[in-house]
Amino acid sequence: MSEGVARTAARPLAAGGAAGFLRRQWPWLAALVFALVVPWFSFDWSTGRHSGFIVSMLSQIGISIIFALSYNMLMGQAGLLSFGHAVFLGLGGYVTAHVVNATKGGAFPLPLELTPIAGALGGLAFAVVLGYFATKQRATAFAMITLGIGELITSCALMFQTFFGGEGGVSTNRMTGRSLFGVGYAAPIQVYYLIVAWTALSVVAMLLLTRTPLGRMANASRDNFERAQFVGYDPRMVRFFQFALSGAFAGIAGALYTLTYEIVTYDTVAGPMSANALLMTYIGGVGVFAGPVVGAVLIVLLQSWVSLLSNSWLVYAGVLFIMMVTFAPMGLTGLVMMHQPIWRAGRLGRLIGPYLRLLGPALLVLIGFVLAVELCSFLTIGAAQGKSFTLSRITIDPRGARPWLVAGLLLVGGGLWLRVAMRGFGAAWNAVTEEVKTVGTRA
Amino acid sequence: MEVLLVSLLNGLVYGMLLFMLASGLTLIFSMMGVLNFAHASMYMLGAYFAFSVSRVIGFWAALVVAPILCGILGALIEMYALRRVHRNGHIAELLFTVGLAFIIEKATQMAWGLLPVPYRVPPVLDRALFHVYGSNFHAYRGFMLLISVLMFVAIWLLLTRTRIGLVIQAALTHPEMVGALGHNVPRVFTIVFAGGSVLAGLAGVIGGNYLVTEPSMAATMGPIVFVVVVFGGLGSLAGCFIASLIMGLVQTFAVVIDVSLADLLARLGIQVTSTTPLAEVLTMPLPRVGALLPYLMLILVLLIKPRGLMGTRDT
Repeated sequence: MSEGVARTAARPLAAGGAAGFLRRQWPWLAALVFALVVPWFSFDWSTGRHSGFIVSMLSQIGISIIFALSYNMLMGQAGLLSFGHAVFLGLGGYVTAHVVNATKGGAFPLPLELTPIAGALGGLAFAVVLGYFATKQRATAFAMITLGIGELITSCALMFQTFFGGEGGVSTNRMTGRSLFGVGYAAPIQVYYLIVAWTALSVVAMLLLTRTPLGRMANASRDNFERAQFVGYDPRMVRFFQFALSGAFAGIAGALYTLTYEIVTYDTVAGPMSANALLMTYIGGVGVFAGPVVGAVLIVLLQSWVSLLSNSWLVYAGVLFIMMVTFAPMGLTGLVMMHQPIWRAGRLGRLIGPYLRLLGPALLVLIGFVLAVELCSFLTIGAAQGKSFTLSRITIDPRGARPWLVAGLLLVGGGLWLRVAMRGFGAAWNAVTEEVKTVGTRA
Repeated sequence: MEVLLVSLLNGLVYGMLLFMLASGLTLIFSMMGVLNFAHASMYMLGAYFAFSVSRVIGFWAALVVAPILCGILGALIEMYALRRVHRNGHIAELLFTVGLAFIIEKATQMAWGLLPVPYRVPPVLDRALFHVYGSNFHAYRGFMLLISVLMFVAIWLLLTRTRIGLVIQAALTHPEMVGALGHNVPRVFTIVFAGGSVLAGLAGVIGGNYLVTEPSMAATMGPIVFVVVVFGGLGSLAGCFIASLIMGLVQTFAVVIDVSLADLLARLGIQVTSTTPLAEVLTMPLPRVGALLPYLMLILVLLIKPRGLMGTRDT
């Protein structure tokens, strides 16, 4: 688990000058350039506007990246499973909303660009208070306390009017007229660039944090907390500091959320939001620093696009999650990292054939599964909404036996074929890894 | 007085329902170390199965069939999924059950729709059993109490008088030792998991029509059952029983006692007005805070006594 973190941490940022920096950190720089440029692909020159859908989706990706990375500070780096991380996103958001409203009222002349600092301080303050209790425990007891805290704060958010605004939430207006650069922040694209800046800052800060003594001690107390104690560190303080800082970063995400949507409701502190952080982080991979970034991008894309196509995108996300837990506990980036030694040895080409042979049965199973899920969903939820199941102008009747038969055949046939293909793939994989090992020992 | 007695009875009924759910969960948690998030999903499935089965062959048959279906499902989950995930560690196991609970909720929505289903109390029991101070005690509540007491006795006899029960009891506190003595611990796990699912399913059958049968019933019941299990303590059925009753009574009484902190302060001679700091918190009436109480209890017990009321091991 710590291997990926250790590897990135072992390389100092500045060593090797600018060229070396560029060569090592190019994926991050490429991602940054991509984030800056991509809204312009959707720019409509006739109206002079960006596509609202794209900008809103990209903003959501930026917020989710900070949120998921801050969650991984607990789950991946400190081994603490939290079920209430959204609390700090939401509370950071509420604090930001109140600060922006105070600025608007003239009480507090804070430029809008710096309001995420207020969010971070809000998240930090609440994480210090709640974390004091939660970090007394570890493992399952910690998970249970965070679950309790999450439910507690959600109920409070619905109950109290002054701070949380009850069910209606707290709305705000980001056009405070106070800005460092004289930007009005009327257009979503301006907020998007603010999000990009803060996401870049937060990612760099969290990456550097993994290389501090605190980051390394968090890894140590995750892997063996008793030995960490013998070294002379108090694991509880390590947990506490990690928890507090993670809350601060979640607060930044919450502040950006508030600036984007201009309203904070109890949804931001509630269970589904916490589950989202867990989903993004775990699917992306907890062992590699960039894992949650990959997960955040993937889940938001799924959320935005698949939810347009299908009622049941949550089912797909859930099944993906279960598959990852069962077969690939290191997440997507973990799967990619498994190929690194093979790639280094120049043997990756040998796996292309076996992978292609997996493609056919995997596709069959996937189609069969999607068909079955959609048939189910159209039979009940779709029927209640008066929708009909159309696939490129062919209407499929979910009441008929034929589509169910097709789905069943695809699932069973594809599943059996996949089993056979998996066995072949396993043999090929073992052969290649054996070869890589012998090459490694000879060299 | 009448409020007290009626609430006491209602709290008892609710507490016994909680115990039916929590007893299975505490056995699974203590033996396998897995906090089974999908346990409340079994409760929900029990209610839905009972709804569907009772439309074909009636409520009394459903009372038997639905829990058995849940038990079979539980056994399958343990044998074919949980054992595999076990290799990936405790966190993976826990997350697997979280994902499972999520998928079961979505699958239920797809199979039975988003709205509550009309799963009703059988007509025979849909009447008043007796009157207490002018208010009715519903016959179905009596029936629920009867079923849960019968179940309690059955579990007690099973665990204390049979061989498998003794093995389970031993495995609660010393799972490794039981394995070292040559007992087939994985099979005991499967039996306990299936048994817990049967109990959860039974709770769903008798609780689904008493409360509401809807896709979110697992999500509302789940955290409360966790609280009960943690509160009662790991590895202790007796602690679990006491915790269930306490939780049932607390939740029932919180609804009927209409006081707030401001009222208590008024007794001490301090008047709370809208300008007092934290006035909103102080004037909040207890019935509205009722939903918070289980979580407050959970956090408090984990902080003060992490092993719970009668726990024998750390969580």
